[in-house]
Amino acid sequence: MKRPEPVHIVKQRREALLRGLVDGVPYIGFLGMRFDRHGDELTAVLPYNDSLIGNPFLPALHGGATAAFLEVAALVELAWSTLWDGVEAEGILPEGPLRLPKTINFTVDYLRAGLPRDAYARARVNRSGRRYASVHVEAWQDNRARLFAQATGHFLMPPSEPKP
Amino acid sequence: MHFRLAGAFMPTPVLPKPEVPMPETSTIAASFIDALPHSKALGMALETLSEGMAVVAMPYDPRLIGDPETGVIHGGAVSALMDTAASVAVLSHPASGGSTATLNLRIDYMRPATPGQTLRARAECHHVTRSVAFIRALATDDDTSRPVAMATGAFTIGSGPP
Repeated sequence: MKRPEPVHIVKQRREALLRGLVDGVPYIGFLGMRFDRHGDELTAVLPYNDSLIGNPFLPALHGGATAAFLEVAALVELAWSTLWDGVEAEGILPEGPLRLPKTINFTVDYLRAGLPRDAYARARVNRSGRRYASVHVEAWQDNRARLFAQATGHFLMPPSEPKP
Repeated sequence: MHFRLAGAFMPTPVLPKPEVPMPETSTIAASFIDALPHSKALGMALETLSEGMAVVAMPYDPRLIGDPETGVIHGGAVSALMDTAASVAVLSHPASGGSTATLNLRIDYMRPATPGQTLRARAECHHVTRSVAFIRALATDDDTSRPVAMATGAFTIGSGPP
């Protein structure tokens, strides 16, 4: 039987894939977002920053910042889950720059005011086809069960590279 | 976005009516966006304001790029522009009582915004009940005949966050 790959090699490859999806996008850096990874599970993290506030009198997170956070979380999860199987099976990263899907539409429900604290989000790909995908994403702050926002989006998948 | 006008910020909880002379309106309008930290961070400016209608502009900024290969602005920044324009449109409606919060916002992305061009979102309240304002918004770049994105949303009226 083939020996399992050393754990640090596996981790390095998975981290490199995640960095390839996230690091090159200026807007993800502008928001200050990052992704925590456990195996194939991603949690998007939006560390609190004063510039994310919409209403300074409450204060509450800007609905636009919340929408952007959810959209990035959905896009990265979709790209990540699409690439995961191939990278795990072949043990190598795809060549060239990684292309993110494009958003067709995005619907955000605001369930309660976003507090001036860190926010977290996890996305679930409900349908992923060759051309279109549908993704649901939930965001919370202090309590995982008390969502402050949720969203559903439809996405156009990047054209798949022809196999050589 | 959640927003409530406060006494220290505005002398009156109702935004100026269209008949108020322009200089005063634009001064208040300019300070209005400056009071929203995230909108300010995105470089937004209020360009037009009337009862239940607002136009908010967001200049092109490389920090907002979503696709580094093409330089196209990220959809999230367009969402923030739409939410800001819609909230301001609701607040400028006499029935808002100077307070609103987004309940729901749906955005259709029709085409990528052309890199280098300012985006403008025009939002209007098309129906207002005692507790909800329904808005429509359209975002365009220099080619105003082909919209970049369209939004519809529901906003709370009066009583603050849901």
